[in-house]
Amino acid sequence: MKVTASDYLIYDEGTKSYKESPEQRVRDDVEKHYWLHVGLTIVKDWRLYLMLLPMLLVFLFWRYFPMYELLGCFKVSDEVLPVSQQLFSGFSYFKRLLLAGDALSAEFWRALRNTFLLSFYGLCFGFPVPIILALFFNEVRSNIARSIFQVLTYLPKFMSTVVMTSLITMLVKQGSITTSYGVLSRFLESIHLISHDLAVSGILNNPAYFRATYELSGIWETAGYGSIVYFAAIIAISPTSYEAAQMDGAGKMAQMRYVVLPSILSTIVIMLITRIGSLLSIGYEKVLLLYNANTYVTADVVSTFAQRYGLQGASKGIASAAEMMNNVIGMLLVIGSNTIARKASNVSLY
Amino acid sequence: MKRKLEISELIFKVISYLFLTMFSIMCLYPFVYAISAAISGRSAVEYSQVILFPKQIQFAAFKRMFSNNMFWNSYSNTLFITLYGTIFALVYSILGAYALSKKRLLFRKFFNFFLVFTMWFSAGIVPQYLNYLSTKTVFNGIGITDDKWLVVIAMGMAAMNVILLRNAFENVPSEIEEAAIVDGATEFQVLSQVYIPMSKSTIATVALFFGISRWNGYFWARQMISNSNEHPLMVFIRLLLEEYTDAEAMAGWNEIYASDSVIYALIVCSIVPILIIYPFIQKYFAKGVNMGGVKE
Repeated sequence: MKVTASDYLIYDEGTKSYKESPEQRVRDDVEKHYWLHVGLTIVKDWRLYLMLLPMLLVFLFWRYFPMYELLGCFKVSDEVLPVSQQLFSGFSYFKRLLLAGDALSAEFWRALRNTFLLSFYGLCFGFPVPIILALFFNEVRSNIARSIFQVLTYLPKFMSTVVMTSLITMLVKQGSITTSYGVLSRFLESIHLISHDLAVSGILNNPAYFRATYELSGIWETAGYGSIVYFAAIIAISPTSYEAAQMDGAGKMAQMRYVVLPSILSTIVIMLITRIGSLLSIGYEKVLLLYNANTYVTADVVSTFAQRYGLQGASKGIASAAEMMNNVIGMLLVIGSNTIARKASNVSLY
Repeated sequence: MKRKLEISELIFKVISYLFLTMFSIMCLYPFVYAISAAISGRSAVEYSQVILFPKQIQFAAFKRMFSNNMFWNSYSNTLFITLYGTIFALVYSILGAYALSKKRLLFRKFFNFFLVFTMWFSAGIVPQYLNYLSTKTVFNGIGITDDKWLVVIAMGMAAMNVILLRNAFENVPSEIEEAAIVDGATEFQVLSQVYIPMSKSTIATVALFFGISRWNGYFWARQMISNSNEHPLMVFIRLLLEEYTDAEAMAGWNEIYASDSVIYALIVCSIVPILIIYPFIQKYFAKGVNMGGVKE
């Protein structure tokens, strides 16, 4: 609130002098007993704050307490002691991971690189597909046909990661003496995309094909669902815009270029920035369910690295330090991209 | 000029129909294949002769699955977690979002930040695991030995869903609320009689988001539930796939179905409920994505 001089002092006509305004006295009072007034407001309006309480507790317990546990990465990890009683060890785990130059450190760098590469390829190959899909949806004039296409293409998104990865595993499974290899491998072999040996030994066992499997299944899973946003932007375009373009003799391509593209450009930019912001936050569940010891070279990401060392092994400090680095860089990316999005389009994502 | 226009449009139309048809088939195929493989005979599955339609039809794999106690156990566990988990998450989300949508709430900015920060920064798997372990100790200490409750209460919170609800509540016109207050409605009545009925579709969307994520939840359920009788369906599927010999033992050596068919049957059973309700809920999801938290 803006306070001007007249708020403080009132000119009294009777005594021909200035005196303090009563409102200012109240303001001073509020300032002096700030916390008392906060308390009184809360007591008076207790129902509202009671409603807020469960949510705060839930997020405090299961989102913020882990952040406190994360401090374990600065301490000497000891299974028996809680974090508060462990000795401070500074950045030793970080040094160990980043600079030691041994097998563990190499493994961490590999995981960091894989995390980045998996998201980056996802951005390059996965990002355009929903846009193309939305453009095609727009071409389908019949509502029934379009609904059928949409229902079918959104479908994989609602399947759990376990079901999806199980299906992938079964469709490209390796062959054995008694059983044949998976039906998808068979198809890919028949169109000469993969060799017979690869089909028999199993695509998922070959590190050279992990990224392709991951990205293609990712596109299969999310492209339809991702197109919703773009499609909403496209159907918001007024038909008169198309008509005006047609009057000017614009063909289909010209309409795309001068009518549709400018209208969805802001959506595309926002989505692109969000994707860049989440470059380091890759879903661990899918990698965890698809990879195996043969494919660690290309498949191991920071989360799975941490899961292997922290949950299966006992190096909780090392694992926490790895995740700490990944998540801090990830957070900076998210905040940075959100700031850019806000500056660029006046639309904030949060 | 006019003629050329029509041709370019026609070509584009043909391409889009072709592409969409292909993509739709790709999206549907794995599920159709799973059903076919689950009801096909042993040799047809083992030699990958099933391409689209089932061959040597049998239902023994399904029967074998239905006679397994673990299957019914895990199914009921998944239902339990989905039902209670969704209710729990909805209750705290609606209450919290209502409070956050009120301009008169003190420290409103701080509470919003408290929520949004969890979307920017997550502690990671290992600290969460340690935290869940200590929660589990507390739970066991007060006599809750059923780990399902841990999954219900401690997992699957989403700040995004709260923000969706908050935005919907902010769009409720304040005149209606004032009218209700003049008529003597209390805070809880305002919420239940005015706000909730007026943002039904957003609440449905958020409930579905929560429900689907509970139904599909796997990783933490597997980490935190030690008793295998309490495992949900997704963990059961994964364990069966990992310990392939189990599926083999189920099929036996002289059954008429392949061991793969057992796993396919299980997968089919796990997706059938989603497939049944999916056509009805699909439009809500589309709506939820468009709300997407983008706030001008």
